[in-house]
Amino acid sequence: MAHADDKATGIGDVLQNVVAWPIRILFKLIDYPVTAIQNVIGIRRMPWLFLLPNLAFFGMFVIIPLFMNFAYSLTGGTELFISERPYTGGEQYGFLFDCDNYADPISCREDRFWKGIFNTAVFIFFQVSFMVLFSLITALVLNREIRGRGFWRAVFFFPVLLSPVVVALIWKWILLRDGILNAFLISIGLDRILFFVSPEWAMFWAVFVSIWAHMGFYTLILLAGLQAIQPDLYEAAEMDGTRKERVFFRITLPLLWPNMLVVIVLALIKGVQVFDEVYVLTGGGPGTATQFIVQYIYNTAFTNQVQNFGLASAASMVLGVVLFILTLTQLAATRRRDND
Amino acid sequence: MTDATQSPRSVKTLLGARRGRGKMHWTDVFTYCYLGFGLFLMFAPVVWLVLSSFKTPAGLQEFPPTFLPLGQISVEVEGYDEPLLLFDVTMEDGSVQQLAQVRRIGIMAQMVDPENPGERLQIPIATREPVREMRMAWENYRDPLERFNFMRYLWNSVIVTAAATMVTLLINSMAAYGLSIYEFRGRNAIMLFVIGTLMIPITVILVPVYLVVTNLGMINSLWAVILPGAATPTGVFLLRQYMLTIPRDLIEAARMDKASEWQIYWRVVMPLAMPAVAVLAIFSIMWRWNEFLWPLIVLNRSEVYTLQVGLNAFQGELDVQWHYILAMTVVTLIPVVIVFAFLQRFITTGIASSGMK
Repeated sequence: MAHADDKATGIGDVLQNVVAWPIRILFKLIDYPVTAIQNVIGIRRMPWLFLLPNLAFFGMFVIIPLFMNFAYSLTGGTELFISERPYTGGEQYGFLFDCDNYADPISCREDRFWKGIFNTAVFIFFQVSFMVLFSLITALVLNREIRGRGFWRAVFFFPVLLSPVVVALIWKWILLRDGILNAFLISIGLDRILFFVSPEWAMFWAVFVSIWAHMGFYTLILLAGLQAIQPDLYEAAEMDGTRKERVFFRITLPLLWPNMLVVIVLALIKGVQVFDEVYVLTGGGPGTATQFIVQYIYNTAFTNQVQNFGLASAASMVLGVVLFILTLTQLAATRRRDND
Repeated sequence: MTDATQSPRSVKTLLGARRGRGKMHWTDVFTYCYLGFGLFLMFAPVVWLVLSSFKTPAGLQEFPPTFLPLGQISVEVEGYDEPLLLFDVTMEDGSVQQLAQVRRIGIMAQMVDPENPGERLQIPIATREPVREMRMAWENYRDPLERFNFMRYLWNSVIVTAAATMVTLLINSMAAYGLSIYEFRGRNAIMLFVIGTLMIPITVILVPVYLVVTNLGMINSLWAVILPGAATPTGVFLLRQYMLTIPRDLIEAARMDKASEWQIYWRVVMPLAMPAVAVLAIFSIMWRWNEFLWPLIVLNRSEVYTLQVGLNAFQGELDVQWHYILAMTVVTLIPVVIVFAFLQRFITTGIASSGMK
């Protein structure tokens, strides 16, 4: 055994050197110019130098695009470069919100946009509520005295790390016409169901698969919250002979509530942006039954015959406003939790 | 798999009250049922994927599907050039005999006994069952890597993941260093700005980032995937929180020794911040390996596809070749499984402490 260990560290050392050499060279290469700059600008201005690369990236890929997005939403035509696009004012927003009846997407000029909003709303409602519910149950179960808790936690957590494409393909393979689920249904005497042909089933599986993939993440946050509850409280309740149900509703739930809030808002933020898994799983179909806002933006800007960047940007701005409000809520919720 | 976070503080029971010895409360029964069902629901789909990925195209088309990847056994029979498929045939007298098929005509098959190849028998096909053994269709894995571009996709994904993670670690740790070690006017404003960028995910600015990337001439190059997401607010935040805990005396001492600021960052602070850097590295690897929407937009040529985009393109084809897709899905899954197996604790504590994904 000792011999094997020696060998392992040997390989480790080699690896470390292979990785360390280029890094050391990189360090030297940056060291001289940066130290030279320090001598010119002085220590007081050095933090700005350290911040510069990151801020440049944020500027180039987040801040400038944000303003450009707004600018795009005020232009028409199909050119990509903004200087070649005619200014149209609020016309794109007018198109988006041009509806005879807001409750009925088909009456809208941009019916796919409204269908996307409706679908996203339905998706979020079911996905967030059931995901939070099951995350809570799972966290409560994992917080009990069970054998091999690390293993059980891993069982519920690992899908979080799978790529959306992998998750979608795993489930698509199960749900196909000749998939194993249909084989099971037939074996217990039921009829075959074409899951991707029925709008209701497609939405059901979109919600289900998305919960399956992301539940572990929220479970983990709630589990951390449960473990932070002082055991004395439970001991005191036990001494008083308080009933379990009462303990749950009077101690566990109120103390977990700040974490629940964070989880709910985080799930909402992710839910509004749903795209990847469902796009691979159903392609937005059947028809537009599982097409969400992000897919509307993606299609409008990049895959439709006429690439309508202005309309896509206007829709992005609407999505951005929703996310802005949600993120403010999240920051407030997180702050409240961490201060409590 | 024991875990450090199984702290002694963990609550005794779900609802707090003590259970009598040997007495099962309904919550105990529920716990074990829930765990068992969870194990099935979480693992069975992946197990099914892996098992299916070893089946031949013919095996995949079988309905109802077989559990294990099976292949029909064929035998060499004297007098025939090709190996013949073997069947279990129920004879008229009720006995079962193994016969090899010479050819099939409609509902009848011409078969021979491998022991006695001279005599041909006419057998109705309803009375026979193929003889099968477990056989792994390794060609599902070999073919896509050799014949299709999958090796290329795999390589692209590795490049993107490695390069993006290095850039992310370097610039995020520099920013975190600037925001944690120095006191300067505007520090809080910058910090707010960094957190503010959290509110602008890529889904909101797809079109203009596409324009920026086009202007930089990076469309259909891997840089278009590597660079836009390199500066991450969560990364800066995570590293800064950690660097704030590094004692100031260390930095003052280094300054006394005439170390330059860059040397302090690299030689003093970075080694001390390694646990946080490791967490960010793991997250960055996961983010980049799994990224889908943005690569889908900026990579339009097959040579630059990453694994995720390539896999999606493959499954969207009219004639879906599931035997290859399933195998490649398993290949895509493997690095994640390895990372998870070795670094589970890092990941879970990272999430629990920072709430990021």
